Amino acid sequence: MNGQASAGDLILQVEHLSMKFGGLVAIGDLSFQAKRGEITALIGPNGAGKTTVFNCITGFYKPTEGMITLSRGDGSTYLLERLPNHEIPARAKVARTFQNIRLFSGMTLLENLLVAQHNKLMKASGYTLLGLFGFPSYRQASAESIDLARHWLEKADLVDRADDPAGDLPYGAQRRLEIARAMCTGPELLCLDEPAAGLNPKESASLNQLLMDIKDNTGTSILLIEHDMSVVMQISDHVVVLEYGRKISDGNPQSVRTDPRVIAAYLGVDDEEVETVLTEVGDEDVIEQLDTGPDSEHGPGSSSSFLAGPVTDTIGHSEGERVTVSKGASKAAQVDARKPAVKPKPAAKKSTSPAKPAAKSSTAKPRGGRK
Amino acid sequence: MAVTASPERDIVVPPMQRAFREALYAGAIALGLFVLFIGLRTDQNISNELILVQRWGLLALVVILTAVGRFLYVAYAQPFLASLKVADVATGLLPESMATRFFRIPYLFAAIIIAVALLALAGSLDGLLGPDLAGYARFLRALAIIYAVASVMFYFRSFIHDHFSALGVSALALYPVVVVLTLALYSGSVAGGFQGSLKWVDNFGIQILIYVMLAWGLNIVIGLAGLLDLGYVAFYAVGAYAYALLGTHFGLSFWILLPAAGCMAAFWGVMLGFPVLRLRGDYLAIVTLAFGEIIRLVLINWREVTNGSAGVSGIPKVSFFGLISFNVSDPNYIAKVLNIATSSAYYKIFLYYLILGLCLLTAFVTIRLRRLPVGRAWEALREDEIACRSLGINTTTTKLTAFATGAMFGGFAGSFFAARQGFVSPESFVFLESAIVLAIVVLGGMGSLPGIAVAALVMIGGTEALRELDFLKRIFGPDFTPELYRMLLFGMAMVIVMLWKPRGFVGSREPTAFLKKRKAVSGSFTKEGHG
Ligand SMILES: Nc1ncnc2c1ncn2[C@@H]1O[C@H](COP(=O)(O)OP(=O)(O)OP(=O)(O)O)[C@@H](O)[C@H]1O
Ligand SMILES: [Mg+2]
Repeated sequence: MNGQASAGDLILQVEHLSMKFGGLVAIGDLSFQAKRGEITALIGPNGAGKTTVFNCITGFYKPTEGMITLSRGDGSTYLLERLPNHEIPARAKVARTFQNIRLFSGMTLLENLLVAQHNKLMKASGYTLLGLFGFPSYRQASAESIDLARHWLEKADLVDRADDPAGDLPYGAQRRLEIARAMCTGPELLCLDEPAAGLNPKESASLNQLLMDIKDNTGTSILLIEHDMSVVMQISDHVVVLEYGRKISDGNPQSVRTDPRVIAAYLGVDDEEVETVLTEVGDEDVIEQLDTGPDSEHGPGSSSSFLAGPVTDTIGHSEGERVTVSKGASKAAQVDARKPAVKPKPAAKKSTSPAKPAAKSSTAKPRGGRK
Repeated sequence: MAVTASPERDIVVPPMQRAFREALYAGAIALGLFVLFIGLRTDQNISNELILVQRWGLLALVVILTAVGRFLYVAYAQPFLASLKVADVATGLLPESMATRFFRIPYLFAAIIIAVALLALAGSLDGLLGPDLAGYARFLRALAIIYAVASVMFYFRSFIHDHFSALGVSALALYPVVVVLTLALYSGSVAGGFQGSLKWVDNFGIQILIYVMLAWGLNIVIGLAGLLDLGYVAFYAVGAYAYALLGTHFGLSFWILLPAAGCMAAFWGVMLGFPVLRLRGDYLAIVTLAFGEIIRLVLINWREVTNGSAGVSGIPKVSFFGLISFNVSDPNYIAKVLNIATSSAYYKIFLYYLILGLCLLTAFVTIRLRRLPVGRAWEALREDEIACRSLGINTTTTKLTAFATGAMFGGFAGSFFAARQGFVSPESFVFLESAIVLAIVVLGGMGSLPGIAVAALVMIGGTEALRELDFLKRIFGPDFTPELYRMLLFGMAMVIVMLWKPRGFVGSREPTAFLKKRKAVSGSFTKEGHG
């Protein structure tokens, strides 16, 4: 994994990351990389663990296992899983936004952006002491911070509303303000959790522009979670696809778009449709197998897929809770399982048969995660 | 009750009939509620036996009053209030508001004439009217003065609103001078003026300003940082005992011990802050409440140091930076230095300006801090702690600085309190004090300094003023003590204010920076914090 790109190009390396909540494996053995100056998209169906990956990167969760390495432009590297929460933005220069917008709603737009420059201003105010007595050095820093805030308000097209409370903004503007606020911390890596959610097409287009502008003019790398495929395909340079906490695909937008596992998983097709989709995509193996109809639901067996890794799928412990993540639920796993079906079983069942309870109940309908 | 009224609007019941029916309901509810509270009372007779006293007459009175009140409200007040919202068809104007109807120029003149006449007759009132009527006359005089002041404030309300801080500070600075001058004119001698000013400067002025300072200190913790602290009185106690013990044992001066007491209180603020940092909301409130009680119990039980519940007495007076003293026996006693008559009022007036200075210091620091990154981080913490962490703000130190700064001002107020009383005991630091300070902060509007100052004036001034209503004894008999009803009125006033202005007197928030124009942020956007 590490050898593919020279270390200087990479800003973020996630290696063997796992996160378990009690018995639930939210992320299992995830590894991926993000290159400096690129937009990396993290996609996957609801509940795939995308937000959890962000929370691990930004220190809100301590991962159960794994290593997250961030390399800054000046050559210093940080192991994010070891840094305290607030030092990740401050020292490693990682900023983020939230899936459910978190603004300081009772403060004005300008104040929101000034709070984001806290650490810089704190130093300039001599940890409050110099500022209390009105030293000129603080006054200058304060004026500079207002200029920076104005710059980002202009970029986000919000400068007219600078003195209004943030809670008064319409939804789309709140999303842009959150991005502007994150940019005011001067990040090298910006993590955006579904920035286009709830935006109308026009707002979505202007968001794309803002993100391209950030990428081109500030050199900030972007890690993006997004459901809106048009946004992902348009602006991202690299896409990582998650399903049930595992990576099922990784590559440029084109290759990911045609990956049958991704189509099955991400588009959330019904079980019956998996074959249809694969047929459409043109997967010969599948077309071959359609006649034999292999029984694939009960685990990947001898599959060579990395999905059949050592992490057990049924983990029962802690607080008497037993959470089962059924293999059958994973569309990608089904696709994988079908491919190597060299020895067709005689009593083949169609996948619609009742012998597959978990798969049906939790097909890729939204699995209400914590929103 | 409004719920019962609304569905009947379409059926159009004649208002009188409806009022009559609702009066009956209200009477029935009052009867049900009060039959055991007021109708029956347990008492002891001479041989110490428990007996039931029946008070049906009083019960009937309460029920009838409730019913009549409801009748008048539904039959007259409700239609009147509704008509205030209906614009005149011909002119398209809204009718005069309640306030403009209440404050009218002719009424103002009448009030001024009554007040002046009664003031002129002040000396001979008893002779003219007899003691009973003279009591009422004095009450009438007080009402007339209050009405006149309120009218003037009403007519200049926009000016007052625009220059509130400047006007407030000048009024506070001039207050003792005005009191002394008025009383001197009134009694005809300067000494009489000073003597009479004791009550006004000490009981009202100093008392209110102590609470203003405490509430402004607590405002940093609750109003800005959003950490619900129910044990604030602990820091007040630490400050008071720091000055009392170090001052009596080591004879250190107030000017050294004031910062020392502040530091000590801040230290305890951090000590409390550490363990409770991980708690939020209700849990934080309970732990801080316990902390307040622990400090009080330590003060009671650590007899060797604190002298237990007997308290510490003989606390040295504050001097004017060692130059002028307020002890009659000292060679540099103020009266000897300035060659004036001896009076205890000088010390009180000095203390008044001292606490005023401390209050202004608190306000200055709070206003400055709000515009500094640390103050903004406090407010951001109140709004959203998780977002704060995502921006690289160390929430631990931010919370600790809020606790420490708030505690420091509590410590300052405490050492001033000890110097003013000359005596401290654990009784002054009970939970009720924390509750009153918290009530002032909430009533004033969390985060707003002028609002909190007005709330302190209303709450503390109001309860002090209730001590003055001696004439009520004439109405309710000599057993009636108005002070006992202070807390009842206090509670009722709070309920009314909270219904009328749920976010306190000043619900909006002043932004700390602006690009084009400073606009107040409506209270509906700000959050209260979750600890
Ligand atoms: N703090 C937590 N405690 C327990 N389970 C959690 C916690 N956070 C997330 N999970 C679980 O981890 C899984 C992944 O959730 P996550 O929020 O990361 O999904 P997501 O990919 O962001 O989904 P969405 O697209 O709906 O936002 C879900 O099953 C969720 O219930
Ligand atoms: Mg999510």
